[in-house]
Amino acid sequence: MAAIRSAVDLSLMDDVISAYEGQRGALIPLLQKAQEIYGYLPPEVLQDIADRLGISLGKVYGVATFYAQFYLKCRGKHVLKLCDGTACHVKGTPLLLTAIEDNYDVQPGETTEDGQLTMEVVYCMGSCALAPVAVLDGKVMGRLRQEMLLRTVKRNLT
Amino acid sequence: MIVADHLAERQALASRLWQQKMDTDLYITVGTGTCGLAAGASDTVLAIEAELQQRGLNAAIIQVGCVGMCSLEPMVELQARGRPRINYGQVIDRNVAEAFGHYFDGQNVRKATIVGQVVQTVARSNDHALHSLSFVQPGTDQRIAFQDKQLRIVLSNCGLIDPESIDDYLALDGYTALENVLARMTPEEVIEEMTRSGLRGRGGGGFLAGVKWGLARKTQRWPKYVLCNADEGDPGAFMDRSTLEGDPHSVIEGMAIAAYAIGAHEGFIYCRAEYPLAIKHLQTALEQARALGLLGERILGTDFSFDLHVKEGAGAFVCGEETAMMASIQGGRGQPWPRPPYPAVSGLWGQPSNVNNVKTYAYAPRIMRMGADWFRSLGTPGSSGTAIFALTGQVQRTGLIEVPMGITLREIIYDVGGGIPLGKQFKAVQTGGPLGGCLPAAHLDTPVDFDSLRAAGAVMGSGGMIVADETTCMVEFAEYFMQFTCDESCGKCPPCRLGSTRMLEVLARITAGEGQLEDLDIIRWLAQGMQKGSLCALGQLAPSPVLSTLLHFEDEFRAHIEQKACPANKCKALITYEILPDLCTGCMVCGRSCGSHAITGEKRQPHVIAPELCARCGLCAEVCKFDAIVIRTPR
Repeated sequence: MAAIRSAVDLSLMDDVISAYEGQRGALIPLLQKAQEIYGYLPPEVLQDIADRLGISLGKVYGVATFYAQFYLKCRGKHVLKLCDGTACHVKGTPLLLTAIEDNYDVQPGETTEDGQLTMEVVYCMGSCALAPVAVLDGKVMGRLRQEMLLRTVKRNLT
Repeated sequence: MIVADHLAERQALASRLWQQKMDTDLYITVGTGTCGLAAGASDTVLAIEAELQQRGLNAAIIQVGCVGMCSLEPMVELQARGRPRINYGQVIDRNVAEAFGHYFDGQNVRKATIVGQVVQTVARSNDHALHSLSFVQPGTDQRIAFQDKQLRIVLSNCGLIDPESIDDYLALDGYTALENVLARMTPEEVIEEMTRSGLRGRGGGGFLAGVKWGLARKTQRWPKYVLCNADEGDPGAFMDRSTLEGDPHSVIEGMAIAAYAIGAHEGFIYCRAEYPLAIKHLQTALEQARALGLLGERILGTDFSFDLHVKEGAGAFVCGEETAMMASIQGGRGQPWPRPPYPAVSGLWGQPSNVNNVKTYAYAPRIMRMGADWFRSLGTPGSSGTAIFALTGQVQRTGLIEVPMGITLREIIYDVGGGIPLGKQFKAVQTGGPLGGCLPAAHLDTPVDFDSLRAAGAVMGSGGMIVADETTCMVEFAEYFMQFTCDESCGKCPPCRLGSTRMLEVLARITAGEGQLEDLDIIRWLAQGMQKGSLCALGQLAPSPVLSTLLHFEDEFRAHIEQKACPANKCKALITYEILPDLCTGCMVCGRSCGSHAITGEKRQPHVIAPELCARCGLCAEVCKFDAIVIRTPR
């Protein structure tokens, strides 16, 4: 297969691939490292991992699409994760979700048109006692109400 | 290589260090588990450093795991020489000065809370001790309500020790059990003791742990593997996270004991990626244990070698199922495979493997130290020991609790949890997460143990306990769980993949007010197909939350279908928001907050909401200072 011309620098993966050489069950850790490097999993990187491990692209793609943690599309500048675990659900996540959808015109798993905000709904981050919980760019917020969430998101986006 | 004598020396040193740590001019701890951090504990640590500087005091701030009172995080403990040890709750950064002012200068506390006076309690058996923290009302020996009915075994070290210090763990008899097992017991004796203790697997299955270990021992094929299932995916459950964050060595010690018992030399801890702090503490603990020769080649100078690796999950609920977890460790899609053969015969890479939950392994060193008889004496005859629950939802005191088996649901919710907040009515308690069931008020006196809960139609599960009050719509609750199953079904077997999709459609129809009475029969029929035909526990048990809701709350289903009404005022298609003209002052706050521009009106004139534009997010009702916005059922 002819080399794919792309803007993705595949050499960034060299060290990672050699660190896992010959190890069984290395595909998932490799994908995790790749995502750490590129922010998501570009198609060129998936093909490269398949070639270097000597497995089919189908198998790599199968694993990458199976797990919620892997992203095949570039994500927004800011990432908001709304927890919809059971405790958060009974304590008001559906209202938080509607408020975000309504104010930013974005659906779960999508990114706003300006590329500023990716919104995701996740199941349980294990902080149920502080429900409802959301995570904005890695910072955990607990005991949220709609207004408080909207205010924090707005402040971080500008 | 460190031999047993060296371990004893190191333990003696650790004990001295522990004594020194306690016997200091000022002893400070801050709870920095994930829940503590979510509540702002890292800013609290900075604020304490500033406060110390201002007061000209010197003290090390020790970061500990979670004591389970998550609703009071961040929690700070202060002990100055000659004074009682007091724990303060809700000490966010700007409340630090207040807590110090109360402790040192007797000032009032307004924003922070006095949790209680801290006493270290000790249970003894077999010449061994189990240390734990207790909170009492200051100046008395009366334990605070949240703790009064609790008994901490697995959680005994959490909040007491620094989870990143192996010396703290050693000082409280850590690794004594492993040393004793290796020096004085045969693998068969270990299995016998575990079986006699009556410990049932805490991942939800409730299978006798000792018997499981025995099966893996019997399979004469090597290598064998010891696997720890830390893929705690049930929404509403976080005790495995707390255990790994607050006391990682207990799990490692338990796994080493299990490895010795079954004859394994390698093990994996499969931890979900959503728990970065647990993974970090585990990695630290593994390095420390290796450095002391408690993991690796020829442990403590014996012929036994064992090492452990952490495998990070990648976000798939089904990986909590043991065969799916092994498929994921092997690097593939986490899809289950049929059993039998069970993992004890053919597990990871086709080799004999023992799979237990985090808590099951964490019990092991305590049982080996304190003895099977001690453990059997706790709990009920059929379910010995303690039950650990993450108590959350609409309950006054949320948090992580460990209670003796046999306690009733009512005692947990009302005595430990303090009942329902805001004077609302209790409606249901849900246990076992998306594969469990919910019970109404009539079942509140059900004792909590594996068999009684199952008989009542709920399950022990892995330990989530979510309380729902009158504001929860049970039909929407059922739909929520089915949505979860639908999202998380791995898609391998049709009964689960298609059954959950069809059932979700039926439930969505009902909450949208478009249901028919025969839909209830369709639900029961679909449930049967999923229960009988699915490959793994996910598909087999996924109908349980819906069936138990239908059994106990059929009237709510009927209200949605027959009256097109949602009794809890939750289902969006069946409610509207309305502004009461008498109460509306025309302040325009609601209109500005509405993302849908559904609210119109002139200044100082009553406003109106256009139902066709309204997204029913409830933001207007929240921001209205005059309680002028109400929810109505149109018909």
